[in-house]
Amino acid sequence: MSEHASKSSAQSVAEPLLRVEGLDVSYRTTGGSLSAVRGASLTVAPGEVVAIVGESGSGKTTLAQAVIGLLPANGSVDGGSIRLARQQGPAEELAGLSEKAFRSIRGRRIGLIPQDPTVSLNPVQKIGAQVAEALRVHGLADRRRAPIDAVELLARAGLPEPQVRAGQYPHELSGGMRQRVLIAIAIAASPRLLIADEPTSALDATVQRRILDHIEHLTRESGTSVLLITHDLGVAADRADRILVMSGGRIVEDGPVAAILGSPSDPYTQTLIASAPGLRPPCADTRAPAPVSAHGPLVEVRNLVKDFPLPRVNGSRGVLRAVDEVSFTIHRGETLALVGESGSGKSTTARLVLRLADPTAGQVLFDGTDITTAKGSAWRALRRRAQLVYQNPYASLDPKFSVEEVVTEPLRAFQVGSAAEQRRRAADLVEKVALPVSVLARRPVELSGGQRQRVAIARALALSPDLVVCDEPVSALDVSVQSQVLDLLGELQAEAGLAYLFISHDLAVVRRVAHRVGVMRDGRLLELRPTEELFDAPGEDYTRELLAAIAGRRHSAQTLEAGTS
Amino acid sequence: MTELLIRESIGEAAPGSATAQPVAATRRERVVRALRFLGRRPGLVASIVFVVLVLVAAFVPSVLAPGDPNVGVPADKLQAPSAAHMFGTDYLGRDVYTRVVHGAALSLQATVIAVAVALVVGGLLGLLAGFVGRWVDEGLMRLVDVLMAIPAVLLSLALITALGYGTVKVAIAVGIASVANFARVMRAETLRIRQSTYVEAARSVGTRWYVTLRRHVLPNAAGPVLVLAVLEFGLAILAVSSLSFLGYGAPPPAPEWGSLIAEGRNYIAASWWLCAMPGFAIAATVLSVNRISRALDGEWSRAR
Amino acid sequence: MAGYLVRRVALAIGVLWAAFTVSFVVLYLLPGDPVATMASGGLDGEPMSPAALDALRARYGLDQPLIVQYGTRLWDALHGNFGASIQNGQDVGAAIREALPPTIQISLAGLAFAIVFGGAVALVATYTSVRWLRQLLMALPSLAVSLPVFWVGLMLVQLFSFQLGLLPSVGAKGPESLVLPAVTLGLPTGALVAQVLAKSLSDVLDEPYVVTARAKGVGRVAIHLRHALRNAALPALTVFGYVVGNLLAGSVVVETVFTRPGLGRLTVAAVGIQDIPVVQGIVVFAAAVFVAVNLLVDLIYPVLDPRIATGAVV
Repeated sequence: MSEHASKSSAQSVAEPLLRVEGLDVSYRTTGGSLSAVRGASLTVAPGEVVAIVGESGSGKTTLAQAVIGLLPANGSVDGGSIRLARQQGPAEELAGLSEKAFRSIRGRRIGLIPQDPTVSLNPVQKIGAQVAEALRVHGLADRRRAPIDAVELLARAGLPEPQVRAGQYPHELSGGMRQRVLIAIAIAASPRLLIADEPTSALDATVQRRILDHIEHLTRESGTSVLLITHDLGVAADRADRILVMSGGRIVEDGPVAAILGSPSDPYTQTLIASAPGLRPPCADTRAPAPVSAHGPLVEVRNLVKDFPLPRVNGSRGVLRAVDEVSFTIHRGETLALVGESGSGKSTTARLVLRLADPTAGQVLFDGTDITTAKGSAWRALRRRAQLVYQNPYASLDPKFSVEEVVTEPLRAFQVGSAAEQRRRAADLVEKVALPVSVLARRPVELSGGQRQRVAIARALALSPDLVVCDEPVSALDVSVQSQVLDLLGELQAEAGLAYLFISHDLAVVRRVAHRVGVMRDGRLLELRPTEELFDAPGEDYTRELLAAIAGRRHSAQTLEAGTS
Repeated sequence: MTELLIRESIGEAAPGSATAQPVAATRRERVVRALRFLGRRPGLVASIVFVVLVLVAAFVPSVLAPGDPNVGVPADKLQAPSAAHMFGTDYLGRDVYTRVVHGAALSLQATVIAVAVALVVGGLLGLLAGFVGRWVDEGLMRLVDVLMAIPAVLLSLALITALGYGTVKVAIAVGIASVANFARVMRAETLRIRQSTYVEAARSVGTRWYVTLRRHVLPNAAGPVLVLAVLEFGLAILAVSSLSFLGYGAPPPAPEWGSLIAEGRNYIAASWWLCAMPGFAIAATVLSVNRISRALDGEWSRAR
Repeated sequence: MAGYLVRRVALAIGVLWAAFTVSFVVLYLLPGDPVATMASGGLDGEPMSPAALDALRARYGLDQPLIVQYGTRLWDALHGNFGASIQNGQDVGAAIREALPPTIQISLAGLAFAIVFGGAVALVATYTSVRWLRQLLMALPSLAVSLPVFWVGLMLVQLFSFQLGLLPSVGAKGPESLVLPAVTLGLPTGALVAQVLAKSLSDVLDEPYVVTARAKGVGRVAIHLRHALRNAALPALTVFGYVVGNLLAGSVVVETVFTRPGLGRLTVAAVGIQDIPVVQGIVVFAAAVFVAVNLLVDLIYPVLDPRIATGAVV
């Protein structure tokens, strides 16, 4: 793919940098042994970027942990080999290496960029010291030299004002900056192989792209090989030379990016590609036909403002304006999406519309009635007509309730029908969200994330509301499950003429479901336009930046260029 | 994503992971699972057996020790443990084993009262603070802070100074001294549940607050509070026996574990069993109760 | 930082005032007639004539309305005056001061034992990869907190004084008389320290930043001491006030078992004859110690945890 890659692989055709063969890893649990990786084989050539793609539980992280010798205490390598090439001489076997021997490999020959930068730095140690430690343990710098080199490394990792940052503690840095510190630590001892385990999934989309660009820049420059672990096929397609797809502990597909995306041989890979939002051609959407607005709007929001008081600083109490003069309408049968990064005010707006929070100023009209200050019975009446589906289906269902109790809770609250009728209604509802009737007796713990979210949707539909607010309804789910849930939402809308207010940070998802999209930033609604228009001709720079950050875009662009030239 | 299926808690499992399997639900399978769970934990089984024995001793002591605890044979005084007298005899020739078995009733009675006082008073205060919030919470929690600032033993002693001596009064004093613990846990649980997404979800579908309290908050808070109650049971046995040892409990000759040790103290140099045996009874009971509390505290749900 | 300090001190004073109030309510309101309670001299006192009781009431100001009594006592307490013992008329403050030195001795010795014992158990248990050693060490604290303190003391006396004849069984003469009381007092406290520290160490060792450190190639000992211990010590530090309160309360039993003079013995004697002013003085003193230790911990905390020093929300 790049010149560096081909050059360096030409130097050592025979010997890859990393060769894993027939690797088996299992975990000891109270319920017995649990196999996490089965017979995995892969190679990484010098300078090559190999991505391992898979959903949670596929074994991709375990594989990476085995390579760097950082399996959890209950994990063990049961068979196979992991061979890492040396500068000179034959490759070294890492499987079964002692903890002490591994110490000279970790950091020095294999670097790790961990998953979540917000928790991966020691909170009580200064940044500089943590970077310097990586040099000191491998004897690459003495006590005097290490801090100076650390600052140099921070600069290389793209951290602004590295001198100042080195003297700060992790909590004083943003997530993106902390990830740069972790990159500096990973490259400190110039390892030839870098393992990047979901390096950016905890970051906002625009930050994510900049960090990935920087990793790419650094590693291409130095000819470092990268083993990129990701759940996001789009990221893998953009960044890697080769993609490995993992499922159920096995590697089911291995090949160059273009081959995998163009002609996947494994059925699992096919579903993965089909459900990766960024890679999907824009025509495949799940929306119901655009609504005809015969009546007035169902919801009308006028100049909504919400301030949160900030903690006192030097005696004066400031306010955070979470929502700033936001106005929009939602019609029956329509999906309006609000997108933005974390802290943009989109979720707060949703709560204001539902009257689960009090606005500081502005108005909310529901079906022509002003509900801005609705209390008591008016507030309760609104509960029947507007419902909410939460982001996290693991938290929004009472663990002590059975599914039937969850689904009938709204019916009980409004005393709709007899117990028998409620039970029948519950059966109808779970059927409607495509779950077997037998789940009614189960508890939420026994269900998977996708199933739980379906239960939550069934609960939201119990009172046949006019409006359903979906707050990041699929962001906690795996991609293949995501698309099922999105399809379900689309079908329900077509059937019942529901209006959705859809809150998401994921533009690719929004494109599939929304009729109109509003882009929010710092509490303000930057632009609100029909979906196609927004995606084809964004009016704001910020929207363009968001669109550019969609993973998989770059790959699509490249194939497009290749096709036209 | 890490490989979350290896993590212990299913509740916080992977977003979207398909790890949750339908759990076997038939009665037979449940029994089999419970037996297997206990089979791997001999210590827990021994603890349960011992606690059952203590309960038997408390309610029908004559089943375990048919003799009269207050009648001794002076000729047999201060005999070391032997086949005839398993725990030896005291300075009046009374059988120490019989006295320990009969002492369980008073010790346990006091402990149960203490835990009940702490559970009811503390639980209600915590529930009130957590559910009402605002100034009620603020005020009650300051009170709890103060109770925490005074060491439990001293608070109990102050209460005894005011109330006077006797088993029940000692029990109440011990119970009030641990009200703060229950209030804190109950408040924390109530707050956690009240702020949980599922309670907000219940509210947003129109469920009224008292229904939420009854159907969501209490059932979910009950677990941790009961675990604390069992743990507190062990602490209360220790506290009650300490106060009896200091002489504030039941007047002699009534046998009570703490006062038995206090009696034996005068003979400690030569007749070690007078102190040792009742002490073993206390220690074994506390250990067993703590073991059971640990099992209740999630070990069962994690093991499946 | 100054605001933080002022807030903490104000809070501490508030807790002290409330402790005084709670002890006033318990000791002066609960008995109904405190004078009768006190004058009865415990269980086997002789009843006094009504006239003598009235005279006593007047002397202790108990014939005044409650709110006046409370105000007067609070005002006196603010000036360090907790009244006089009803047994011998000694000033309560002086009695506590007199009883304090031997209690401080065993408390400090007990604290030292608790920290060494608890710290060692926690560090070794979380470090070792030998399974049985880890399980044994982890079981030790829960065993130690299940034993009645007075019984442990008696058993130690039986073994070390009477069987082996190594250490004195009673009294407060010489450093060797300090060993058994200190161990007895420090054992449950040390178990608490071990439990809190071990829990917090094993939590910290699961943190992603420990993985980062291991990925750098840092050795296990260095990770344990340089990265984990400092992070783990912070939650352990928060129970320090509780630990000191424990020691003070433990002295009641330990001083009785080993027949040592001190605050504990003073307490037992005062409760025995229902000497209300002395008991109140001791309760308020214990609360003051707790508050002072916690204040100290609050002041040290920001030094150890930079997140608090800069006012970040943790």
